[in-house]
Amino acid sequence: MHYHSPEELQEQARQLIAEYVTKVDDLKTKDRMKIPPQEMPAQNPEERIHNLDEVAIGYTFEQARIEALRCLQCVKKNCVDDCPVKIDIPRFINHLVHGDLEQAASVIKEASLLPAICGRVCPQETQCQSNCTVGKALKDVDKSVAIGRLERFVADWERTTGKISIPEIKQSTSKKVAVVGSGPAGLVVAADCRREGHHVTVFEAFHKLGGVLRYGIPEFRLPNDIIDKEIQTLEAMGVEFKTNFVVGKTRKLKDLMEKDEYDAVFIGVGAGLPIFMGIEGENLIGVFSANEYLTRANLMRAFDKEHADTPIYPSKKVAVLGGGNVAMDAARMAKRLGAENVYVVYRRTEKEMPARKEEVAHAKEEGIEFLFLQNAKRIIGDEEGKVKQIECLRYELGEPDSSGRRRPIEIKGSEFLIDVDTVIVAIGNGSNPLLTQSTPGLELNKWGNIIVDENQKTSLDKVYAGGDIVLGAATVILAMGEGRRAAAAINKMLAEEIEKEKALVN
Amino acid sequence: MNKILFKQQLSSDVYLMRLYAPLIAEERQAGQFIILQVDEDYGERIPLTIADANTDEGSITIIFQVVGKTTKQLSLLNEGDDIKALVGPLGKPTHIENFGTVVCVGGGIGVAPLHPIAQSLKAAGNKVIIIIGARNKDLLILENEMKNIADEFIVCTDDGSYGRKALVTEPLKEICERDPKPNMVIAIGPPIMMKFCSETTRPYGVFTQVSLNTIMVDGTGMCGGCRVNVGKEVKFVCVDGPEFDGHLVDFDNMMKRLNSYKQIEREKHLCFLEKEIEAKEAR
Ligand SMILES: Cc1cc2nc3c(=O)[nH]c(=O)nc-3n(C[C@H](O)[C@H](O)[C@H](O)COP(=O)(O)OP(=O)(O)OC[C@H]3O[C@@H](n4cnc5c(N)ncnc54)[C@H](O)[C@@H]3O)c2cc1C
Ligand code: FES
Repeated sequence: MHYHSPEELQEQARQLIAEYVTKVDDLKTKDRMKIPPQEMPAQNPEERIHNLDEVAIGYTFEQARIEALRCLQCVKKNCVDDCPVKIDIPRFINHLVHGDLEQAASVIKEASLLPAICGRVCPQETQCQSNCTVGKALKDVDKSVAIGRLERFVADWERTTGKISIPEIKQSTSKKVAVVGSGPAGLVVAADCRREGHHVTVFEAFHKLGGVLRYGIPEFRLPNDIIDKEIQTLEAMGVEFKTNFVVGKTRKLKDLMEKDEYDAVFIGVGAGLPIFMGIEGENLIGVFSANEYLTRANLMRAFDKEHADTPIYPSKKVAVLGGGNVAMDAARMAKRLGAENVYVVYRRTEKEMPARKEEVAHAKEEGIEFLFLQNAKRIIGDEEGKVKQIECLRYELGEPDSSGRRRPIEIKGSEFLIDVDTVIVAIGNGSNPLLTQSTPGLELNKWGNIIVDENQKTSLDKVYAGGDIVLGAATVILAMGEGRRAAAAINKMLAEEIEKEKALVN
Repeated sequence: MNKILFKQQLSSDVYLMRLYAPLIAEERQAGQFIILQVDEDYGERIPLTIADANTDEGSITIIFQVVGKTTKQLSLLNEGDDIKALVGPLGKPTHIENFGTVVCVGGGIGVAPLHPIAQSLKAAGNKVIIIIGARNKDLLILENEMKNIADEFIVCTDDGSYGRKALVTEPLKEICERDPKPNMVIAIGPPIMMKFCSETTRPYGVFTQVSLNTIMVDGTGMCGGCRVNVGKEVKFVCVDGPEFDGHLVDFDNMMKRLNSYKQIEREKHLCFLEKEIEAKEAR
């Protein structure tokens, strides 16, 4: 796709707005279908591979309104059905059409606590935008109404104009809630439990808050400012944060409840166990898990080579193994850190890639090379033990497996070599056992995920869990949704306890 | 915040500090470590073994050698200063029981983590033979503390400036040849020393435990940067270790991996030293 500058896109939108502004309420479906989808303005690819600034710049007000006019305000709302947290999408879009951003924001906030984040990182093409009537009619999911971009626009407007208000906090109760992990699941629980007036402490293993949002997803996709703002709001609400605190090590979960008298615990420790390929050469110098590579670059700021003490490997030719968001982030980060050639090696085809479409498109624009239907078989080192080459195998697609994806089958004898100095393994995360192993009685499935009921409650009394530690490596929005459900259950349980205590006193 | 309660220079580039960290002091067991940062925004996370703890004072003791920028900066802090980030206790504790006779071999700064282990082994009823070694007399640490624990005590220096002029493997071999053989060896020190201790005991079939200090980032099993080959398996030192069967550890790979960033760090360190000198001159 040809790159259009933000100025060009804005000029087009301005002309369209002039045409439509007087007939906002008189547009027929036919007219709406003719409005061209608004492209997301982005930094020029040639420039952005040298900086860490956000790639997608965000719609202007004119672009957002034009895009919003494409929404048909369907009676049967497929988009809402497909949204994991059921945002009333047509309603917020309608407010946006009429320029009432404050109302638009408040509709989104009814269902979602972190819209600036979800607008940026949700896989919209498989959720709200997948069955959009507009996209269906135009026979192209990429032409669905750009709901995610509109959500982001509204959330950004709210944040940058200082309209984010501190939610009302109910009168203080005597109850204490411990939240383990400060990823999206934990942050949502903290907000929802604090609103009910409970005392909330968030315990985080790292020295910075935000979970994967901070250490995994790079600045060029999700600026730290946005996470900081969410955390500031929580602090203003009176949520207490304890960083450098590994529950299970610094203190056992049981002790939090018994010695420190927390009345409920939410476990949102994420996935956080890098899976390696188990192939020859994986411990050579220059082989990293995506978690390590991205943590060094993001959390430890190794991107800022001049100031950061944490080093990052100097790479020129990088192979990234995997096809998800993590692989895209690692590949694009490597490019920004100075790699000349970055290959994404993926066993299946582009169609099966779990990464967000926009990220794949951006990666291609940035010169990332995709090697589909190929997979690393072994990594070859030089005499110093440094990565020199990878040996790959070619694959072809066979019959669909149980998940409906066509299974890749290796082509015997198709081995070939690629010269690389760095290999980043990004094939997924398992569940980190640090907390679960130190917590007897906590029931896990065979993959080590915590088992919960429909209220996110675990096998332990007063202990709830949600996010990646329950779902396996999943998404921000699902983690958030589970957090909401857990918080509701915790609030209900604590309210009942408070009632009981009152009855005893009277 | 974790205040520095006490600071002492043990040798030319080795320091001891007691840090206020009541929760870690309460939970820690011999063999575990902490990760600290001197600066929360740009600082590196470095692992250091907990050498001792005092629950009354709520403190832990660390002993470190100045080897790079972070340890240099740490050494410049003083009593009353805060350590910006401190997390722990991490890793698995040493398994302590009455094994019989245990030889504890400590090399250089490795004597620091060895001290609490030797103490616990002694308390569990073991006969504890201690061998400590260093390049020269100035680099020996905790000699008296170790001597007090030991049933038998041997000091070596590479250059013969103190004690026996030998590498620690020499007396270790002699002890392995005794009848009865020792029941177990624990070796902690530079990787090369642990490698050769393991090679020394291998023919005698004496179980040899080593404590690995690899590159780490998170220390919670999330990044895999600390991985080592142990036998046919890949282990994460921060959560599966730091202690492993020395006869199974692939030391050569580990030592290569430890050098992953040597080049960059050398440049950085030089740059840091230059700035230090400039700053001094400016004063
Ligand atoms: C590189 C990358 C890119 C991604 N991109 C996307 C994307 O584009 N869209 C999307 O929807 N999803 C994406 N994901 C997935 C998404 O980030 C996760 O699904 C989501 O963050 C899970 O949230 P969580 O709250 O369950 O856990 P996490 O975000 O993993 O947070 C868990 C937190 O708990 C802390 N912790 C762990 N153990 C302990 C302990 N014992 N004590 C105290 N604290 C502890 C961790 O340090 C961490 O901060 C991506 C993931 C990665 C790694
Ligand atoms: S230090 Fe990251 S997994 Fe061990």
